[in-house]
Amino acid sequence: MLKNKKKWFAAPFLIWSVGFILIPLGMVFYYGLRDKSGAFTLENVLAIGTPERLKALWLSLLLSFIATIICLLLGYPLASILSKMSRNQHSMIVMIFILPMWMNFLLRTLAWQTLLEKTGVINNILTFLHLPALNIINTPYAIILGMVYNFLPFMVLPLYNSLTKIDPSVINAARDLGANGVQTFCKITLPLTVPGIISGITMVFVPALTTFVISSLLGGSKILLIGNIIEQQFTQASNWQLGSGLSIVLMIFIIINMIITSIFDKDGEGAVL
Amino acid sequence: MTKAIRRIYVALIFIFLYAPIATLIVLSFNASKTRAKWGGFTIKWYVELFQNRDIMEALYTTLLIAFLSAFIATIIGTLTCIGMNGMKKRSKAVLMGITNIPMLNADIVTGISLMLLFLSFGIRFGFGTILLSHITFNIPYVILSVMPRMRNINPHTYEAAMDLGASPVYAFFKVIFPDLLPGILSGFLMAFTMSLDDFIITHFTKGAGIDTLSTKIYTEVRKGIKPEMYALSTLIFVAVLLLLALVNRPVKEETK
Amino acid sequence: MKRKLFFALCIMTFGIFATACGSSNAKDTVYVYNWGEYLDPETLTMFEEETGIKVVYDEFETNEIMYPKIESGATAYDVVCPSDYMIAKMIDNNLLAEINWDNVPNAKANIGAQYFETSKEFDPENKYSVPYCFGTVGILYNKTMVSEPIDSWADLWDEQYKDNILMQDSVRDAFMVALKKNGYSMNSLNTSELEAAKNDLIEQKPLVQAYVIDQVRDKMIGNEAAIGVIYSGEAIYTQRENPDLEYVIPKEGTNVWIDSWVIPANCPNKENAEKFIDFMCRADIAMMNFEYITYSTPNDAARAMIEDEALRNSDIAFPDLSKYNALETFSYLGEEGDALYNDLWEEVKAN
Repeated sequence: MLKNKKKWFAAPFLIWSVGFILIPLGMVFYYGLRDKSGAFTLENVLAIGTPERLKALWLSLLLSFIATIICLLLGYPLASILSKMSRNQHSMIVMIFILPMWMNFLLRTLAWQTLLEKTGVINNILTFLHLPALNIINTPYAIILGMVYNFLPFMVLPLYNSLTKIDPSVINAARDLGANGVQTFCKITLPLTVPGIISGITMVFVPALTTFVISSLLGGSKILLIGNIIEQQFTQASNWQLGSGLSIVLMIFIIINMIITSIFDKDGEGAVL
Repeated sequence: MTKAIRRIYVALIFIFLYAPIATLIVLSFNASKTRAKWGGFTIKWYVELFQNRDIMEALYTTLLIAFLSAFIATIIGTLTCIGMNGMKKRSKAVLMGITNIPMLNADIVTGISLMLLFLSFGIRFGFGTILLSHITFNIPYVILSVMPRMRNINPHTYEAAMDLGASPVYAFFKVIFPDLLPGILSGFLMAFTMSLDDFIITHFTKGAGIDTLSTKIYTEVRKGIKPEMYALSTLIFVAVLLLLALVNRPVKEETK
Repeated sequence: MKRKLFFALCIMTFGIFATACGSSNAKDTVYVYNWGEYLDPETLTMFEEETGIKVVYDEFETNEIMYPKIESGATAYDVVCPSDYMIAKMIDNNLLAEINWDNVPNAKANIGAQYFETSKEFDPENKYSVPYCFGTVGILYNKTMVSEPIDSWADLWDEQYKDNILMQDSVRDAFMVALKKNGYSMNSLNTSELEAAKNDLIEQKPLVQAYVIDQVRDKMIGNEAAIGVIYSGEAIYTQRENPDLEYVIPKEGTNVWIDSWVIPANCPNKENAEKFIDFMCRADIAMMNFEYITYSTPNDAARAMIEDEALRNSDIAFPDLSKYNALETFSYLGEEGDALYNDLWEEVKAN
């Protein structure tokens, strides 16, 4: 009886999600699968097939994949070090990663321009030290750097969470049974943190795949990612049908990602935070 | 890994995370109007900031939207968690899946989809549309931070309270709510921060004459950011830092 | 109790809907949609004080970003400031309201007749637009970073400036450069000419440091690049900040553009819009704006008030256009023409 009543508490969210999540997504499909006269067409989705757009899509996949791997490689050791610190510092550690977000995302990314430019801060320091200059601004490398910078916290936090959940006695038991550090890591720690890894990967990969701001600020608008193409269709070419059609393509990749996530994260816990 | 190496590693990552922030702080004291050259030290931007009507209005809008959206999202999100707790596994999974959509979907798609929704229903773009959008992407953050707490709650304590004559509401606030509180607070904070930092969704759902700091900055990017903006960011950053230092000082032993 | 809570929530949810739909414009406001940093904010305060009309001010970055917002009608503005070809497009699509010239006496009195004459290219009967700013597009170069003076668009294809070139990041401007370089019209719809221009732009891409809009200003001041395509109005500002910079109108000719005030057909308050435009045409206000944004003003009365003689007779701010050949103004290419340019530009950018 009690349980039955309780579930009505979820009703506001259900209404909300229908109105502001499901219907809007339906609208994207509605626009994406219709031409200007309103007839059904797959043209806007298939428009991804032009060489330029395929190239942009491929580049987006490649750059976001690299950025995700770098985030994972940088983030795992970091999360592991942080997780061994005192539990009392939990909120402090989380805040250190959230704090930069209080400085606006655009400003932070723009600051990298000032740092990376030919006559920028980093190059001034390098010249002062008589080291060769770093010329990565307006290249894909700068975009990867921007992605890693902006999304690293989204990798570290879930990793940190799943690492702190591990019962230390399990690790101790493995050690007592004669496993060395590497073995303990491979057999115990790594498998136990898979949900964290998966949600970290998702949280980095999706925004990196779809960004249009980082590529235009740090790539000098020379490198077009799929996000830029879609944004241009909406804000400049004002071709919403085409923009929606291309968004559908993007969603296919996101859905694939979601399916993979749910395979690894069977409890539906989503160890994001 | 030895302790020294660990420390250096953590330090390097922090330099990486905070280098742009240091840059912005330095730029806020730059007397030259362009970020391209250093024109000497000044604090005049901090003075001019408060006379700049546009920036102050954008700040007010940003904070108001962040607060309202986080607050409403926290209420809806918390209720949802309570509701989900009483659900069968199947419907719970479906709801959790829906929750994940705005989290996992690209911001650009969420923004576009909301824009199309508002356009089709003829809703005038403005404060309301931004607020609705922000609530939408904030709810999942609340749900995801309250849900793990919910799972740890022992339903028997709640039933015991009821058996002892407490009304359901009283029992809830006395027994369950205190346990949920840390999750609710961190959910609220997360939602507040996300709303504050959002650009992409606001970009697609904002209307005439209304700007959040993000969209204001985006317009300025093309012309060169006004130094007052750096000054404002520095102030916000320092304020939050102080607040955190204050909150975190008396370290309480948290019961697990 | 729970039910009450549930209802309270529902009411709240709908309350938000109501506030979202319910915002309306008061009679005493004017909604202005202008380019980023395109007037002195002080003038807005003065307008508010003198007329008691509140200004709601919004900014856009490119004509292409502005257009869909006006077209969709989701946000109703009273005054907008688009460029020449965009005005033609808006007239074509019945998006503009005719201006009642009796309500804007300052416009006819202060703005030079030749600018209304030029405006006829996009507004044939001078019915819809009041010129606000004009200028040319040219090359800004750093004297210390080039081997010889720059005078041609072809210099943007010079290998020695690899990674030191800044191009404009908007379709029409980028194609203007390539088309003019080859001696074609910048309003060309000829496929082989456009194809050639596209191939030139693709060929140029490895030499380009970045495609920018107004950031060219900061980057040139900071010695980030040697040469950049820039609007004449920005040139004056950059020269003030960095005296090594020089502005030139290339010999192959260029784009002479006009940005004008127009009133959208769906404007909520036309009277206020006209008051605002008239105010902007007042000599002292136009002069304040010129000093602030450094874009050339067609307001002859304001120009006469400029004290600095060098600036008043500056070749950059007020060029003698008869000295140059092959000057053109952008015209509206029609929906298909726009789509063609957009597709070609996407090819360039994605290459």
